[in-house]
Amino acid sequence: MPVERLEGVHLGKTPEEIEEEVRRGVLLTSLDRAVGWARKQSMWPATFGLACCAIEMMSTGAGKYDLSRWGMELFRASPRQADLMIVAGRVSQKMAPVLRRIYDQMPEPRWVISMGVCASAGGMFTNYAIVQGVDTIVPVDVYVPGCPPKPEMLMHGILTLQEKVRTTEPFK
Amino acid sequence: MSDAPTTPTTPHAPTSVDARTGEIRQETMIINMGPQHPSTHGVLRLLMELDGETVIKCTPIIGYLHTGIEKNTEYRTWMQGVTYVTRADYLSPFFNELGYCLAVERLLGVEAPPRAQVIRVLMNELNRISSHLVWLATGGMELGAVSVMLYGFREREVLLDIFEEITGLRMNHAYIRIGGVIMDLPDEGLTKIERFLVEMPPRIDDYERLLDENPIWLERNVGVGRLSADDSLALGVTGPVLRSAGVPADVRKDAPYCGYETYDFDVPVRTEGDAYARYRLRIEEMRESMKIVRQCLDRLREPGPVMIEDPKVAWPAKLSVGPDGIGNDPAYVTHIMEESMEALIHHFKMVTQGVEVPPGEVYQAVESPRGELGFYVVSNGEHLPYRVKIRDPSFVNLQAIPAMVEGSLVADAIAAIASIDPVMGGVDR
Amino acid sequence: MPAEIVERVRARCPDTVVARGEVTAIVERDDLLETLAWLRDDADLALGFCSSVTATDWPGSDPRFWVVYEMLSIEHHHRVRVKVGLAEDDAHVPTVTPLFPTANWLERETHDFYGIVFDGHPDPRPLLLPEGWDGFPLQKTEELGGVNTRFRGAFIPPVDTRTTT
Repeated sequence: MPVERLEGVHLGKTPEEIEEEVRRGVLLTSLDRAVGWARKQSMWPATFGLACCAIEMMSTGAGKYDLSRWGMELFRASPRQADLMIVAGRVSQKMAPVLRRIYDQMPEPRWVISMGVCASAGGMFTNYAIVQGVDTIVPVDVYVPGCPPKPEMLMHGILTLQEKVRTTEPFK
Repeated sequence: MSDAPTTPTTPHAPTSVDARTGEIRQETMIINMGPQHPSTHGVLRLLMELDGETVIKCTPIIGYLHTGIEKNTEYRTWMQGVTYVTRADYLSPFFNELGYCLAVERLLGVEAPPRAQVIRVLMNELNRISSHLVWLATGGMELGAVSVMLYGFREREVLLDIFEEITGLRMNHAYIRIGGVIMDLPDEGLTKIERFLVEMPPRIDDYERLLDENPIWLERNVGVGRLSADDSLALGVTGPVLRSAGVPADVRKDAPYCGYETYDFDVPVRTEGDAYARYRLRIEEMRESMKIVRQCLDRLREPGPVMIEDPKVAWPAKLSVGPDGIGNDPAYVTHIMEESMEALIHHFKMVTQGVEVPPGEVYQAVESPRGELGFYVVSNGEHLPYRVKIRDPSFVNLQAIPAMVEGSLVADAIAAIASIDPVMGGVDR
Repeated sequence: MPAEIVERVRARCPDTVVARGEVTAIVERDDLLETLAWLRDDADLALGFCSSVTATDWPGSDPRFWVVYEMLSIEHHHRVRVKVGLAEDDAHVPTVTPLFPTANWLERETHDFYGIVFDGHPDPRPLLLPEGWDGFPLQKTEELGGVNTRFRGAFIPPVDTRTTT
């Protein structure tokens, strides 16, 4: 049975997993596809810029690399109105409880992009003060490496996340 | 929230009388601004005691971005220290690198070649312009002028393009190294800078036309965050905040480094000491920086070495622009891999062990866009630093927040903090 | 720095070193406040601006901690460094915030990192480290910290024990 292969994206389900699901008869219905499309088109990020990556995130949202092309028109200040948290920058031990609290305040469905190596794995700061990867605190959907990642890299991460959202079953 | 005081700290707070019980209650409100907040310039937490909209007491709480940079430099070689130090104050990375490298060069007793010094001044002044643009953009956004944010970042993209052309990275370049700079300017770099010098002055005129006499901008900035010269000096404030109070202190003029005494530029000074004066001051500083950049470009016509000759100090690798960006020069790689065993051994030793710095201690100050950026570097003769202390201007300037903010409205507090231009990476290191 | 300025400092603090164009005066803990006040009030020195307060740690030596004050003169544009040595079991030094309010946060930071107690400090709470942090990270006897990873039976030691140098 032919397996639907997603164009240019290597996240989400592998061919084996898709075959498994097809065998169990759980393909995306058209309603699922519609919901997935709507969710990915209008994600609003919460402002969680911490350090240097925050400046690159602001550059990505500014005029030259415009994030509102993909629906991220506004960066919501209140996490209760946001559905995407881009952890941009190094998370110190003092900031970790705050990060978790902001994540908990976001309503479902919510996604996390870990931007930069400091957020993904501690970066060059393997020391007492930095949390070695925010995936020890919050579940991360997409990791974007770089120090700091260029705006194009962040955009690729966001588009990857949008593909993942589009193809995920929304009402599990 | 163990920091929060549980009883109001002022005896003159407005009181209200409970109608039922006749009990008199004081009514101040203790709120928390940050650390995650769109207007606090990064992860700064302000614990404010408010009487309505008026701030009675304001305590800044920092440390949410503490990275342990100073401890990390003690475990890496001297050259690797540049990459750590450049991420402290992330909006002015060239200044961090320059201060550190000047301090280490003083310990070593060497000086970078003249062309390297001119390039260092050039990159620093371009960085000063880009840092002031971020200040303008975020300060404007915090006060509600969102289009200023887009304009500021638009100009900054031009500058980041220049940085990427020259150093390979948009931010946190490790370009200024001990002994000089890591590679010479590419040809397109100079033409891009010249084009920038032509395009930028009309843009600054645009900002002035938009904001200088804008009634909303004036309302929000004039008289806000006033700090007198004596208070500023007592609190250790430096940079545009001190110069807006009338004290003409600038490290570039007082204790020149990198040949700054040979450049012709002015240091703008104002006397009002409020946020509007700081705004005008920084716009003028951008113009002065462009003057210095013009003079640097004139000096870069003749070629010359950009890294010191001494083999015990100089970074051995040569970089060049290849098809996929800036990387190791193929001719150099051929030389060390195939032609000369001594060069390979020397390269290996310099890259892994690095420079050996004689014991001593040095304090080097440079003028960053935020004030006096100082590096206290101690060596005990090894190839690892013993202590690198970064005296960051934002760290000391933030102590002035209570003096500026107490007694004014919450919205004025935001304008005052924006006018200090703190960068939390430098504050917390 | 002109030689007569150095001589003035040396007349007051005999233990003065000049190296690499910088003047360092080493004083005893008990003379610290008077010396700093004299450096500030003297008309030719006018060192009224405190740039930085920090410390260095030399475990195994006596004194173990050196507290370093960088003083700057706004009028005359010269600098003098003042150092105080502290023994390991007596890491106390009087605070200079009455003379220089700017030292408030600088001393809190130094305490966070080294455990040096500044007697009389108006606000001795931790500044950069979270409340309840155990230990003083920048002391040389403390580890850098790091990831102690075990993966599929392998053991990767913490980073500060596996540098190339």
